[in-house]
Amino acid sequence: MNPGYELPQNEAGYSFGFLDEYAKREVRRTVLKAICIPGYQTPYASREMPMGRGFGTGGLQVTLSLVGPGDTVKVIDQGADDSVNAVNLRKFIELTCPHVDTTEHTRDATLIQSRHRVPEMPLTEAQVLVLQVPYPDPLVVVEPSEARRKTMHGEGDYSRLLTKLYEDIVQFDEITISHRYPTRINGHYVIDPSPIPRYDVPQLHQNRALILLGAGREKKIYAVPPYSQADPLAFDDVPFRTEDFTDEYGRRRACARCGAIDSFLDELIDDDGARIWQCSDSDYCNERLAAAGKQEVARA
Amino acid sequence: MNQMLEVRNLSKIHGRGCPRCFDSTGPDMDTNICAHCGSVVAAHGVSFDLRAGEILGIMGESGSGKSTLVKTLFFDETPTVGEVLFFDGERQWDLFALNAAEQRWLRNHRFGMVYQNPHLGLNFKVSAGGNIAERLLMSDLSHYGEIRERARRLLARTEVLPERMDESPKKFSGGMQQRVQIAKALATQPPLLFLDEVTTGLDLSVQARILDLILEIQQELGTAMIVVTHDLGVIRLLAGRTIVMKYGRVIESGLTDQILEDPQHAYTQRLVASSL
Amino acid sequence: MQPVLKVEALSKQFQLYEQGKLIPSCADVHLEVQAGALTALIGPTGAGKSSVLKCIHRTYLPTSGRMLYRDRDNHVTDLALASEHRILELRHSDIGFVTQFLHCLPRKAALDVVAEPLLARGEGAGGARERAAELLALLNVPERLWGVPPATFSGGEKQRVNLARGLIARPRLLLLDEPTASLDPATTGRVVDLIERIKAEGVAMLAIFHQPELVNRLADRVVELTPPVAATELLETCTS
Repeated sequence: MNPGYELPQNEAGYSFGFLDEYAKREVRRTVLKAICIPGYQTPYASREMPMGRGFGTGGLQVTLSLVGPGDTVKVIDQGADDSVNAVNLRKFIELTCPHVDTTEHTRDATLIQSRHRVPEMPLTEAQVLVLQVPYPDPLVVVEPSEARRKTMHGEGDYSRLLTKLYEDIVQFDEITISHRYPTRINGHYVIDPSPIPRYDVPQLHQNRALILLGAGREKKIYAVPPYSQADPLAFDDVPFRTEDFTDEYGRRRACARCGAIDSFLDELIDDDGARIWQCSDSDYCNERLAAAGKQEVARA
Repeated sequence: MNQMLEVRNLSKIHGRGCPRCFDSTGPDMDTNICAHCGSVVAAHGVSFDLRAGEILGIMGESGSGKSTLVKTLFFDETPTVGEVLFFDGERQWDLFALNAAEQRWLRNHRFGMVYQNPHLGLNFKVSAGGNIAERLLMSDLSHYGEIRERARRLLARTEVLPERMDESPKKFSGGMQQRVQIAKALATQPPLLFLDEVTTGLDLSVQARILDLILEIQQELGTAMIVVTHDLGVIRLLAGRTIVMKYGRVIESGLTDQILEDPQHAYTQRLVASSL
Repeated sequence: MQPVLKVEALSKQFQLYEQGKLIPSCADVHLEVQAGALTALIGPTGAGKSSVLKCIHRTYLPTSGRMLYRDRDNHVTDLALASEHRILELRHSDIGFVTQFLHCLPRKAALDVVAEPLLARGEGAGGARERAAELLALLNVPERLWGVPPATFSGGEKQRVNLARGLIARPRLLLLDEPTASLDPATTGRVVDLIERIKAEGVAMLAIFHQPELVNRLADRVVELTPPVAATELLETCTS
């Protein structure tokens, strides 16, 4: 996008938030329905956006329909605010939503659109998290027919999904799903929580914020309302577990940058070719560094 | 013995049907295809009772409607008209007045089905043990170790080698596939089992051992069964009572030894005579 | 004393559609069987002796007549009209049938074949096998054969297995169709002893014997059957 290009403010072709008012209303209605039926994949029209399907058009439509003047928006991609997808979406929002602030700080945001991560910092009741979803239906791996999948969802029949987990344990001694871990919301619908790591799944449980999931290509919106029950599918004797960041000495790996031992880490290769681990959530990492710096200043 | 199933006036038409369907089909008309609208009358006016722990045989040639009958009872097909009551302890179920979820519950918990074609009864994408696990998971068992142990026991009971439980049934012989199907059907210890031509197409020695297994299970667990077959030997071995069907109608029913030694209907006489 | 079984005017005809024939098998049979007594059916071949037993067992559907069975509770059932489930119940608990031929599971050991009626009544496997072993020993079946399926046995051995199976459950009414047909004299003697013993226990029996001396020795009552008038003749007499 050309940063020098200014969108004509008063022309009928573009309204606040790019989508026309009718489109935004339809999305809002869908969001309301999705909140009423936690975990239910609510169909919606999904408009064409000026970017390819798969670049977060589902999440973006939700964000653009909910954002208003006075909101502060944060966009993250795999935890980072400065990766290409996040930067472009943020610029698009800035361009189409006058008087809306953007931020890189989780704490300051009222609306957070995210790809593949839930922020480390606990969210508040005043915040909304929008997750971008490529494949909304967790049953697609066991049932090709959408009509039959709908019946299975309706009847809460997830035995075939569980059978897949059983087969995983038989073959690999553990459940091998790393992302998109099927999670049951409020005891009925099982959702695909988008490609967040297993580490983030417990964050869906009893979260204070409203979590909305939007799939643009598949034209579905679903919700994990505040304080919802979110149970990853598992067996009584093979419980769900998150990624393990212990090193060969049995110690929890720490972020090479900020030293955090309570965050989701990305594995990187440094300039010397050595493997290092670093916070995936860049805001979290920066905040910790800033706090540490202040402490040092105070000590000095 | 207590009544378990009461089937009344069950009919199934494949096709759009017309008012003259029933009058223009059946053994007397020598067809099950309606001459007026081309619909197939797979079953018409079928009524029978089944007691707990009893084995009922349904005999007939292909196209007689015998498979349609059990598929209807197992909710694989919906009947055109008819009523079926299922008595289950204190509960009584009007099968075709139930909603889809209730029907699915009955299928998983109280009924079992073994199909002639193992592809219908088994998921070849998962292991033999996984197939049994699926049925146990449907009945809300959620302990991996217990599921595995029950699957192992069921497969051992049906004489499938435990070391093969993690293989896909795709690699199994036809007889072994039927054994896995039987184990799967029995997983939730249903009081009623439907067996649809389970030994058809198998080697004679394999057939014999499967039939032995079915009888042993019936004696151990007291499971009521409806056995659909065109094979008089299977009927003689398994069923206490037998229904004979032709072109969708019941033409004769009685004690199995009576049907075989003193058949009343011309068609049954021919059927019995041709098998000796 | 009221008879356990009273047969009145029993007739059986087979209608064979393929051949277009009506074949009478037995006609106008009257008989009674008392508890603790044996009624013997005699008559030439073709008189329908076996048919009468099969009608009572409902392996054949009688064409006409009544077959009144009085059960433990003094309740009378017409076996000709009783429902299939009632007949199965009676076969299970009251009425035993020993035929000349053994119809049993092809791959079951002789001992289990004999024990089966007890198992079907819900008795323990151990006790049932013990009783079966006793009976097989009594009937001179060599012990080495007990674990073998009877399919390979000689005619006499099969028949003894069959007898043991028929007697083990101690029915109230026992139908015997030539139970000694292919037995040697020594074993026949044992069978006769056994029949006398269960008669003394109060079992009512209806039997067909090959040998007239057995009828003389065992029967309390004898019913002689005559071959029924052939259907063609019947038609002729009706029309003339």
